Amino acid sequence: MIQADLNAVLPEVILAVYAMIALLAGVYTGKDKTAPLILWVTAGLFVVLAGVIGFGGGGVQEAFGGAFIDDAFSRFAKVTILLSAAAILVLSQDFMARHGLLRFEYPLLVALSVVGMMMMVSAGDLMALYMGLELQSLSLYVVAALRRDSVKSTEAGLKYFVLGALSSGMLLYGASLVYGYAGTTLFSGITAAAEGGVGLGLLFGLVFVVAGMAFKVSAAPFHMWTPDVYEGSPTPITAFFATAPKVAAMGLFARVVHDAFGGAVSDWTQIVAFLSVVSMFLGAVAAIGQRDIKRLMAYSSIAHMGFALMGLAAGTAEGVQAMLVYMAIYVVMNIGTFAFILSMEKDGHAVTDIDALQNYSKHHPGRALAMLVLMFSLAGIPPMLGFFGKYYVLQAAVDGGMAWLAVAGVVASVIGAFYYLRIIYYMYFGEERDALDGSMPMVGWALLMGCAAIMVLGVVNLFGIEAPALAAAQALVN
Amino acid sequence: MLNSLLSIITFIPLLGAVILALFLRGDDEAAQRNAKWLALIATTATFLVSIFLYTGFDPANTGFQFVEEREWILGFQYKMGVDGISILFVLLTTFLMPLVIASCWDVKHRVKDYMIAFLLLETLMIGVFCALDLILFYLFFEAGLIPMFLIIGIWGGANRIYASFKFFLYTLLGSVLMLIAMIGMYVDAGTTDIPSLLTHNFASENFELLGIQVVGGMQTLMWLAFFASFAVKMPMWPVHTWLPDAHVQAPTAGSVVLAAILLKMGGYGFLRFSLPMFPVGSEVLGSFVLWISAIAIVYTSLVALAQSDMKKLIAYSSVAHMGYVTMGIFAVNQQGIDGAIFQMISHGFISGALFLCVGVIYDRMHTREIDAYGGLVNKMPAYALIFMLFTMANVGLPGTSGFIGEFLVLMGVFQVNTWVAMIATTGVILSAAYALWLYRRVVMGDLIKESLKSITDMTGRERAIFAPLVVMTILLGVYPSLVTDIIGPSVGALITNYDTALLDSGLATSVAGN
Repeated sequence: MIQADLNAVLPEVILAVYAMIALLAGVYTGKDKTAPLILWVTAGLFVVLAGVIGFGGGGVQEAFGGAFIDDAFSRFAKVTILLSAAAILVLSQDFMARHGLLRFEYPLLVALSVVGMMMMVSAGDLMALYMGLELQSLSLYVVAALRRDSVKSTEAGLKYFVLGALSSGMLLYGASLVYGYAGTTLFSGITAAAEGGVGLGLLFGLVFVVAGMAFKVSAAPFHMWTPDVYEGSPTPITAFFATAPKVAAMGLFARVVHDAFGGAVSDWTQIVAFLSVVSMFLGAVAAIGQRDIKRLMAYSSIAHMGFALMGLAAGTAEGVQAMLVYMAIYVVMNIGTFAFILSMEKDGHAVTDIDALQNYSKHHPGRALAMLVLMFSLAGIPPMLGFFGKYYVLQAAVDGGMAWLAVAGVVASVIGAFYYLRIIYYMYFGEERDALDGSMPMVGWALLMGCAAIMVLGVVNLFGIEAPALAAAQALVN
Repeated sequence: MLNSLLSIITFIPLLGAVILALFLRGDDEAAQRNAKWLALIATTATFLVSIFLYTGFDPANTGFQFVEEREWILGFQYKMGVDGISILFVLLTTFLMPLVIASCWDVKHRVKDYMIAFLLLETLMIGVFCALDLILFYLFFEAGLIPMFLIIGIWGGANRIYASFKFFLYTLLGSVLMLIAMIGMYVDAGTTDIPSLLTHNFASENFELLGIQVVGGMQTLMWLAFFASFAVKMPMWPVHTWLPDAHVQAPTAGSVVLAAILLKMGGYGFLRFSLPMFPVGSEVLGSFVLWISAIAIVYTSLVALAQSDMKKLIAYSSVAHMGYVTMGIFAVNQQGIDGAIFQMISHGFISGALFLCVGVIYDRMHTREIDAYGGLVNKMPAYALIFMLFTMANVGLPGTSGFIGEFLVLMGVFQVNTWVAMIATTGVILSAAYALWLYRRVVMGDLIKESLKSITDMTGRERAIFAPLVVMTILLGVYPSLVTDIIGPSVGALITNYDTALLDSGLATSVAGN
């Protein structure tokens, strides 16, 4: 019994044990000389675990009395999380080293938060959910404030912590209501209790749980922390925030609404549709006034979460599949974009004003072209992969009888296209100006070009992501 | 080989662009020359290959020919094919692109990128006319915005940023609504295959939406969504305002492509989607389109009269001529649609040539103001002759291709709605007014402006560019069956299917009763 349980959580256990051993090793060797080594080992471990999970056995395994579920859905999300976290880690090494931030705790905190994320997408019980969520969040609060001597960074960490605690409180309150009215914290038990109509108390609980999760995916109107945290955190951390935790939170969202409240689809699709439409419009409109590229990316991610939620709002397996494909594409676009943002420097100082990109294409045609591809992809213009992500969720929404949501979504995407175009406009049609002189490490360059190439070449067959996403969605919705 | 002819035609320019992007380094004189020659070779090769398309095409067959089909993602297909309606647009594109490349021989700024943009654009434009899968069509249709945005933005005039953003966002907003309708079609019919969708009957029962009775039901809504996209692309009054801005700011070659080919996508879309797939929607809103077109013709012709910028004048004249096209299409009879397609093909040659004419003197004087010119005939006799020919063709003088298209359209519309035909006919007179007046102010009179004293006549390269356009304009004018023989059977089949579908839905009687 215990043996089988442990087998199911083996990847998480390995990662957690590794993090603790490496922590000890780091402490005993003293200083941060081992930090680059630990960083690369951590990233390597992520990739290995992703391979093990991705190519490992299929089927569904439940552990610890159903509190932990290992199915195609969780495997898809875990592979996405692990690979994106590995990419961000190697991407950040150069920047962190040059800014004196490369401490050995950094990769380990990331590893611990990844354990939390893996826990989240596998949760089959409200307690397991909360455990994963808090493990993730606590690590993230700390990395947000990693630059201890910077007011902005500590502010970002503190803001994230206070608002995060508030959202955790809401989620817990909701969870306690659900427990009270369903009599169990197990998702399967909640489904059974919700059969034949969700009572008012259970509905109340659901709303609070959804609100807590909406905070984690930074869906409007629970998005307020996002721009500040994105702006204040060191750029590699921002890149991390924009990728893996978003996938985990969306995975958790899908897990809760489909696994625990799968019988009450009509009760929550309205809430999710509302979150979706508000996020899309807020993300599109609020970013127009932004000059800071990190804040801009924050609003961009809010808009993208709105689109991902649209897939969820459809309430069908196709919707979940669309959401997973969307998230995978979104993560790749963001890794590429942040690889570029990390290279935005002048005289050794990081520059985040988009005005500084004037005429960038003249000096760095290759990077500018890659960024052009990524921006059009973020805007959802075919033939870039970003379009297919949007197409997927739009189709799921229309199919699920939410044509109005799809129409609202495309209108918002046209508004949002404006600010992506503006970045291209600065880089290509801008006036003569002293160029940015930031160098780009080999890893960053490779990731930028690789992500851009994926965006263009994906049109051929989406890299075969369809089938695993479908299997994942069908495992979740039945 | 012949099985994948369309793919070969579509992707030769892309191949050229990739070679340019990957293997051509540097920005010196030699590299620029290589880029231009490579682009010219790629576009010419495309044209030469597309001749096989013409010789191998069987006009009597109204189905799709040269069809090729492959599996693609999401249950879509990569499916290409042409019929009598689309083949001429493919040929128009391949015919014009080498001329477009040749016309930008004097560009000095970022030559390589410029050539890449045009080659990409050619691939996407041909793809639009060949695609036989909804999503594949949308992909080509929408992706064309990217190179055009860059062409206007990077190589455009002083106010290029405003123009490029307006162009992009305007057309994007139109097309995304079409995307939703396409998804709706997929959900309803379960396929994105265009030939199957052409025979699918979409629901046309009336229903209420937000308290408004929608006559024609789903068909009308989907028709409107497609209309939003194609009307902007066309462009139809009152959503034409992006076009004058885009034309004025775009470089000469960009204007030529925009006027000669990109605008035709709207007309092609009406013929490929709106009419055959939503016959009830078309019938319900057809007379609305006729009236809008008539207004567009008169209104934009009057606006053209008042312009002081040559390119803007021609741009408004384009909008007016596209008014004839939409009018002919929604007359839904043989003459009307034949005329509309003929008008689009002929407008491709004529408007392209007119923008090139403006480009010729713009390259010399760097202004498009009409007032800056006058009396050019004294120094540029050859230019005066060519400009006159295309001015006359634009007016619709018998013997030029412009006449055939307008005449057929007006004849077709007259049978359907006499009043609209009457109003639209005044547009013929107005077009004579603005075009001839433009010609008089620019070319006639004495050469008194000091700055024009040293202007030189057309070079051999410029003459060579105009020669094929002159030949085509006159050839189509005196021998129109070259076009009508090809399009006739397909158009006939389209109209037959349209009438049958209307009868099936029971709407024909109610509309005929009106």
